[in-house]
Amino acid sequence: MTLTTDQFVPTSGDDDASQLLTDQEQQWVDKFMDETTLFLGPDPAIMRTHEIMPRTAYEEECIAKGIDPLEVDRIRKRLAGALDEAFEMCESMGAAPGAKWADLSCAVYTAEGDVTYLSNRGVIAFSAVLHHPIRYIMKNWKDEPTVGINPGDGFFHNDSRFGMVHNTDQSMLVPVMRDGIIIAWVGATIHEGENGACEPGGMPSGSESPFDDGLRASPIKIVEKGHLRRDLLTFLQHSTRDPKLMLADIKVKMGATRRIMDTVDRLIDEVGQETFVASLRVTVEDVETEVRRRIGELPDGTVTFNQFVDSTLKENILIKFACKITVKGERMIIDLTGTGPEILNRALNSPLASTKSFMSQAVLSYWWPDLPRSTGALSPIEIITEEHTWADAGYDAPVGQSLQASFRGFSALQSAFAKMQFSSPQKYSNVVAPWFNQINDFLWGGTTQNGEQVGNLCADLNGMGGGAKAFRDGEDAVAPLFCAMADLGEQEVMEEEVPFLQLVSKRLVRDNQGFGKYRGGMGYEMMVASRGTPSWGFMTVTSGSKFSSVPGMFGGYGCPVYPLAMVKDINIYDIIKKDPSQFNLSMERVMNEQPFEGGDYQTGHMGLQFDVAKEGELYMIAQGAGGGYGDVLERDPELVVTDLELDRISAQVATNVYGVVWEADTFVVHEQATIELRAQMRQDRISRGKPYKEFIAEFVQEEPPKDLLYYGSWGQDNNEELLATHWGKIEPERVKGKIEDLPLIMVPDRRVLKISKLEARVRELEQKYGEVAVHKS
Amino acid sequence: MRVPMTEYLLIDLDTERWICRVCAHDFGDARGNYKEGTLVYDRDPQEIHPPVIDPEKYEFTFSPDPAFCRILEFYCPTCGTQIEAEYLPPGHPPTVDMLWDIDSLREKWDAHGGNPEEVVNYGPGENAEADLSARFDSVTPHAHSRQNEGH
Repeated sequence: MTLTTDQFVPTSGDDDASQLLTDQEQQWVDKFMDETTLFLGPDPAIMRTHEIMPRTAYEEECIAKGIDPLEVDRIRKRLAGALDEAFEMCESMGAAPGAKWADLSCAVYTAEGDVTYLSNRGVIAFSAVLHHPIRYIMKNWKDEPTVGINPGDGFFHNDSRFGMVHNTDQSMLVPVMRDGIIIAWVGATIHEGENGACEPGGMPSGSESPFDDGLRASPIKIVEKGHLRRDLLTFLQHSTRDPKLMLADIKVKMGATRRIMDTVDRLIDEVGQETFVASLRVTVEDVETEVRRRIGELPDGTVTFNQFVDSTLKENILIKFACKITVKGERMIIDLTGTGPEILNRALNSPLASTKSFMSQAVLSYWWPDLPRSTGALSPIEIITEEHTWADAGYDAPVGQSLQASFRGFSALQSAFAKMQFSSPQKYSNVVAPWFNQINDFLWGGTTQNGEQVGNLCADLNGMGGGAKAFRDGEDAVAPLFCAMADLGEQEVMEEEVPFLQLVSKRLVRDNQGFGKYRGGMGYEMMVASRGTPSWGFMTVTSGSKFSSVPGMFGGYGCPVYPLAMVKDINIYDIIKKDPSQFNLSMERVMNEQPFEGGDYQTGHMGLQFDVAKEGELYMIAQGAGGGYGDVLERDPELVVTDLELDRISAQVATNVYGVVWEADTFVVHEQATIELRAQMRQDRISRGKPYKEFIAEFVQEEPPKDLLYYGSWGQDNNEELLATHWGKIEPERVKGKIEDLPLIMVPDRRVLKISKLEARVRELEQKYGEVAVHKS
Repeated sequence: MRVPMTEYLLIDLDTERWICRVCAHDFGDARGNYKEGTLVYDRDPQEIHPPVIDPEKYEFTFSPDPAFCRILEFYCPTCGTQIEAEYLPPGHPPTVDMLWDIDSLREKWDAHGGNPEEVVNYGPGENAEADLSARFDSVTPHAHSRQNEGH
């Protein structure tokens, strides 16, 4: 950590004014500290703040010379054009699969690192987090004689502890300089995937320490005065499984930032340096001002939205993501107190900055998508978190699959907003139910049919089902929560580069909906099997196999849960070659009918660590659905039977959930019978529902069920008291307390637990049958 | 003056009560938790989300595990409308999801000057235009519509 003398607070009794340092003494101390700092790690003063920086003296000077709003708008549009062009360069030339499907963004920043404008397409969260590394560079490297910042330099980093969505992403940040002064930055960030983590693909669900998370690049000067440093490049290539990818995409980002810089240079020539600087600054400030005004339009009050996540990605648990949002006038306070503690040997933790980046994503894509995408959007919102919770992880927590927590930051804001904005007469986005929030997708790695070592992921993560709107069904497999215009990619193109086939691709799964007056968008199933490779494996990295990941809105239901299904010890390619009729594949048929002799049919939760996939073994998952909106009994019966006819829902759902009666042969709705059935279902609700207080007395328990591995507050009356499951001894015990009073939370290896259980059973049976066996340890 | 606060809930600023937009049922003090005026049912999530793969053979089936997840259904006691469906761990207290500052709400609408039942909609776009007036007094369409202003 970086220590400054400001952080040494006098202890009690030591506050004698005579002990304060003189200016001269302070300079000596500062110099000493600068020269002897052991390690310039992530700086809490930078990493824990998301507010825009105060105006610099130079910005003040530029703004004082006058602002023409029309000119600012023209500059912004020119920048938007340049950023979109750079975006397309990355998309069309990028080697990373993520780049090809728009999992990237380009941006322009103020000198102090505030995002002024982003490319219209791409991932908002990427650039909404990059003010952190720019501030780090400005603070530590600008005046550092061994580094320095010069025209033509470019900085690289990927470690989310220094400000990044997650460690798969890599940035290129380039200063805009005039007369030796930094007046702005431009940048490009791409989800590169492979990063040398303990598993291929860059998002290891199996990571158990920060050192399993892969490449840990703090901001480093990879480009010096326009030249890519070969020594550092070689180090980065050597640190990951895909050296070609590293080289190709660093060059792509250099090209993209150069293209942005060309426009910036021309703009400065045309409008003048001061106008350019002023326009960047006032854009950031204007967004902040407008956000405050829009907060003021919302009703004062508090909306609470709690989420429960069912997996560490190695075992099933329940960990809470608590969120209470309070609006008072133009103030908004987001309070995550009550969120479960970090788990120090599991991959699901997120650095605070990453969690906040997805809050920005929600604000700029689902609350107020018309605003310029700027740091100013989140800046006026106060955010309360507790360090060492899983949404605000400490330095020593693994963060390999931090999206588990950071996506919940998105869902907390996106879901709560339907209630916050419903009564507002002025809205800037539609009332919508929760978007699906898991990357149900295959990650993969190994040796390709072309003999290359790779590790990355399928594009299917971009097929998340949209939440239902208040006036129409959600769209099927429409877009990931983090990128409105992402692409699902062409599977056939991918198959030229990677040694597996998607034997089933994009087939909708029946009943995979959030039911409601309007239903959520559906997800589709994917079935893959490796082929023609000496070594290959698959991974999955999500939760939501026991507890639904997203709920519905205003009486609508949430999504179902999602299994991982596998058939091991078969070769599907041999089977269908011998009998082509067996190419009738679906997860439902394969798993229920078990048609392949000798196959080992398995299901599991969606946290699959790298699993060696022998040729022709089947791996099956489904993409998720968005939440439903409104009471199911208000859904137009014609829409219900249309879904039924298309096999999107089962007869059981049409009858028992939607209360529709139809003619089996023709799918004609029996209107009167439907009215009568629905009236009866409403009466049944009234009969079985219990008055709230009576229900509470029966349902609510003091603590979670004993066998449930639970983490977080219980209820919302005392969010500061967290519960956790602690393995201080052999058996787990439930502990309670404030975050600072809890012991370090870790989870034992599940294989060790399984072996212990089996050993206990062996002893039990030996005792039962009187067998004497010697067990040496 | 009645303000649509959700799809099925209005706040009557004159009486400061939560009321059902469908049937006018009174859920209680608008400064408090509307859920206290509802009927609640602890739904086994497997009844709503049926398994796609055989639960006799497999642990993970597309159907939530009732030992992890319950669905609390909140109903209007008069019309039976499902106002909210909350996914919770078994035994976890239901969330107090909305608490509003009624004085501020009144001030904002007084300043606005419009009728909330007429001006609140689902957001931008033609499709999002909505009639969010109380359904219980709209035997003739839209009792508070402009058509009636002259009467």
